[in-house]
Amino acid sequence: MGIYLPIAEISVNIFVLLAMGAAVGFLSGMFGVGGGFLITPLLIFYNIPPAIAVATGANQVIASSFSGALSHVKRGTLDFKLGGVLLAGGIVGSTGGIFVFGFLRRLGQLDLFISLLYVVLLGTVGGLMLVESVNALRATRSGAAPVLKKSGQHNWIHRLPLKMRFRASKLFVSVIPVLGLGAGIGFLSSIMGVGGGFIMVPALIYLLKVPTNVVIGTSLFQIIFTSAYTTLVHATTNQTVDVMLAFLLMAGGVAGAQYGAKAGQRLRGEQLRALLALLVLAVAFRLAIDLFVTPPSLYSLSGADPT
Amino acid sequence: MAGFRAFLAVASLSLFAAASPASAQTPATENIQIGLSTDHVSITAGFSGADLTIFGSLENADPRVARQGRYDIVVVLEGPARKVVVRRKDRVLGIWINLESETFKNVPVSYSVATTRPLQDVTDPNSYKQLSLGAANIYMQPADDDESPATIQEFTAALRERKTATGLYSVNVGGVQFLSQNLFRATVRLAPNVPVGTHKARAFLFKSGLFIKESSAQLEIRKSGFEQSIFRVAHDYSFLYGVFAVSLAMLTGWLGRLVFRKD
Repeated sequence: MGIYLPIAEISVNIFVLLAMGAAVGFLSGMFGVGGGFLITPLLIFYNIPPAIAVATGANQVIASSFSGALSHVKRGTLDFKLGGVLLAGGIVGSTGGIFVFGFLRRLGQLDLFISLLYVVLLGTVGGLMLVESVNALRATRSGAAPVLKKSGQHNWIHRLPLKMRFRASKLFVSVIPVLGLGAGIGFLSSIMGVGGGFIMVPALIYLLKVPTNVVIGTSLFQIIFTSAYTTLVHATTNQTVDVMLAFLLMAGGVAGAQYGAKAGQRLRGEQLRALLALLVLAVAFRLAIDLFVTPPSLYSLSGADPT
Repeated sequence: MAGFRAFLAVASLSLFAAASPASAQTPATENIQIGLSTDHVSITAGFSGADLTIFGSLENADPRVARQGRYDIVVVLEGPARKVVVRRKDRVLGIWINLESETFKNVPVSYSVATTRPLQDVTDPNSYKQLSLGAANIYMQPADDDESPATIQEFTAALRERKTATGLYSVNVGGVQFLSQNLFRATVRLAPNVPVGTHKARAFLFKSGLFIKESSAQLEIRKSGFEQSIFRVAHDYSFLYGVFAVSLAMLTGWLGRLVFRKD
């Protein structure tokens, strides 16, 4: 069944979008990530213009992270104060990202930049995750106890000034890296249409040493607001948010996420991470191919500056 | 595209031929008229291209010439003119990157032609050039005049090629048919991504390869329906639209949790 997307201005198959949403939702529920980093490339593969895929991806991320954050609020595994500081940074980063987005779009380099960012980030994160999880799998097979958290060990980040206490996370840390992390994620959110959970979660755990149980809830909390802000700004400055597209993805996504979460409980952590790493690498690889393969036409047309 | 149902029946006949005030002595010059029964066409969401039919009449036609088939008609539906940027990708370190670009002012977004016979059989290239008729003869003005003619030519050619590839520029040979000696019907193609705005329909009459007369009419193409309202709101009330998009996402997330909750 075809449906016409009002903003993307193309006809697409409604079931393909629902299935896409459900599949990504399932995976995001299973791995505890927002799924924006999968949705945006999938939409691009499905011929949605990258600018619209990004802005709509950000919109879709709100639904899945809101749904996820609700359960964390209920369980009390959400550090509002930490989330708030991350968010303050996020707003700044996102605003900067929107400007860069509009600038690149006028230059005609937006599509390339989005693809490059995806390839580099997904390639790095996927590669690191794969190495880490394979090592962990090996360690458990050989029977050695995994050394995951070295508590009490501090790095350079903990020597920075302007310290602040985050009670829920049992953390006393400088606000500079927290704001910086938030800003970085906000920037990526507006350019890539991702929530940024796949970077936020490891960064909170490994860099800031936030206890694992509050990491996901806090990350989701900040992602809701950063992507809400990103959606708003994209909608006002670039008019690239397609609610119809977003809604179909969300509808499939929230359903898929709940089943994914259940499936995820049956798999072990390392296996789960190795699978996610492979998936992330596959998306990066697919996007990389498009950069190198000779395009069918070397020329492209675009209307001049979006007014 | 021929298979698509032409659900926009637009135009209609205008028969002026019978009442022509031609005097008996001097052989009156031929005249051409096209008529549209409506000044606007609404296309709905899910529009996947269609054929637009325009009817017209030929006045004071010389029966002898008509019998020999020496009257030719070219009908053009030209979309609104916009600024277009053409970009060329080049390989840098193995990666294809948009490098060179050229901006053109006033390029018709769409240009559909229907003719009685192949364009080269109707008249000679020079007359087409004089009339700036045909996709190859529209003048595309580059925004930057300092560019070398070779570059301009390359990008102009690429622009036409891309427009043709996306179906926005098309030629329908045999798309104009005489229904009788005085009445003809032209079928021009509307691409699925036909632009909204004021389109100009023009009909050119040729007699034995000579240009005789031109007639034109205007047609507004609008999009209608629910999807179009969304588009309009997204552009006119973009902030409220954004708020709506965010609220919808939150509502969906919340409802999804209620409905599918597994914890």
